[in-house]
Amino acid sequence: MTLLTPAHSARRGPLDPRAIRRDFPIFERNPGLVFLDSGASAQKPAAVIDGVAEYYRSDYANVHRGVYRLSARSTELYEQAREKVRRFLNARQASEIVFVRGGTEGINLVANSWGASMLRPGDEVLISELEHHSNIVPWQLLRDRIGFALVVAPINATGGLDLAAFEARLGPRTRLVAVTHHANATGALLPVETIARLAHARGAKLLIDGCQAAPRLPVDVQAIDCDFYVFSGHKTYGPTGIGALYGRKELLDAMPPWQGGGDMILNVTFEKTTFQDPPSRFEAGTPDISGAIGLGIAVDYMEALGREAILAHEEALTDYGVDRLSRMAGVRLVGAGQRRLGILSFQVDGIHPHDVATVLDQHKVAVRAGHHCAQPLIDKLGLGATTRASLGVYNDESDIDALAEAVAAAQKMFRR
Amino acid sequence: MDLRDLYQDIILDHGQHPRNFRAQEHPSHFAQGHNPLCGDRVTVYVTLEGDRIRDVSFQGRGCAISQASASLMTEILQGKTLAEAEMLFKGFHAKVTGAEEPALPAALEEDMERLEPLSGVKTYPARVKCATLAWHAFEAALKSGEAGATVRTE
Repeated sequence: MTLLTPAHSARRGPLDPRAIRRDFPIFERNPGLVFLDSGASAQKPAAVIDGVAEYYRSDYANVHRGVYRLSARSTELYEQAREKVRRFLNARQASEIVFVRGGTEGINLVANSWGASMLRPGDEVLISELEHHSNIVPWQLLRDRIGFALVVAPINATGGLDLAAFEARLGPRTRLVAVTHHANATGALLPVETIARLAHARGAKLLIDGCQAAPRLPVDVQAIDCDFYVFSGHKTYGPTGIGALYGRKELLDAMPPWQGGGDMILNVTFEKTTFQDPPSRFEAGTPDISGAIGLGIAVDYMEALGREAILAHEEALTDYGVDRLSRMAGVRLVGAGQRRLGILSFQVDGIHPHDVATVLDQHKVAVRAGHHCAQPLIDKLGLGATTRASLGVYNDESDIDALAEAVAAAQKMFRR
Repeated sequence: MDLRDLYQDIILDHGQHPRNFRAQEHPSHFAQGHNPLCGDRVTVYVTLEGDRIRDVSFQGRGCAISQASASLMTEILQGKTLAEAEMLFKGFHAKVTGAEEPALPAALEEDMERLEPLSGVKTYPARVKCATLAWHAFEAALKSGEAGATVRTE
């Protein structure tokens, strides 16, 4: 298989979004598109699109089964992708990486395997008010089966996590802390290293939802010292339908399977089945092989751009966006605590976010409007809905300018 | 398409100054309309006298389209029979989805004309649910009786 590297952008130093846009065919096919919805799903570089097609053309066969050469090659590519994801998260070993459908499935896996086997009535799982529905609902479903308590740490006045209140809710019964690394509805970053230290001091495990963080920050699960970390491939410039769960080896080793089927077994009789070691134990059935390979190419792409360079780009563009929007009369940014990154969630006085988004669409500015699958947070903030612009590697100041101009056009249209 | 075809003055006016925007203390029927995708909520209150609508009103929050549609709906449904209301909903639904509009009795044509400013929605498929939310809630209210109900559009 041809190893595809970024065509226009494989160079160190600050990102060049104009050159990067040439790596993403969507911008050629949709001239004038101002894409500010990468927080919902990022666009795909040609390397990913072509790499997946190339894999189907040249190397496709099922994995972990055939003795023939093609199957062996396919298996090798699939496992190479796992190694790339290991590197992307700086896990100790590739067997700590489980391929899943996305962040949502990663959390559901932990809930239904680790949670269902470890949690008891009287235990507590601690989440935060900043969570996406995918880090709320799986725990509610499990709570209703088992009867533990789901405890919620509140936000502070500025929209970040109230760390003192969080610490106060960490108790002797807290078995698991499950929090986002980077809040999707507001762009607030959480101090995950501190959270890990606090959680472990009380004997709790820590799961981090990295869906918004993985596309923006260099992620090092060893430095964070978390027990589980999940992210979605489609937000890291990879295909839909694929993501990864990192789990600390000793935890994964002790966890029971959550889905049964082929590929996850050692030996099956009608009386008893024994299971593979992780990660195979958690990958029942034929996996999303092309998705995993596409994800591997996507993380290669991000690393070719440079993870620190991506972070610096997101930080600078976020600052520019905050400055630009906060100088507009009638536009209010939704609080993101001490540190905001890559996401500008805002309200325009007197105009519903859906109407804002429709006017923006007319200006070819794609944003998200609504509660961003974080309904409890949006309710807590008393908002109902917000308009959210989220950034990616291909955005630059001209996109923020187009956003501001389109918001001004909406204000003009609705001013009566 | 010009955005002003969607946001005509009449829509902006009703969106910002909705008519019949009030709760009823003792409605004979009511229901909540909820669009879980955007969080828009509207409660429609109906007071029937026999099969005639003596009063219809609403409360809630949402975009200009959903507020204006609810406002216009409450205006034209005042005093209508249930059969007329059903015909108007069918006609309105066809109007905003771009389907062929059913023939209506001459007496209802003027009301249908008043809903014309919402027809711009048909070129914005994502917004059809905004325009129909209050109507779905109205329909659910009639089916629910005094107990109330919640209807969702997605």
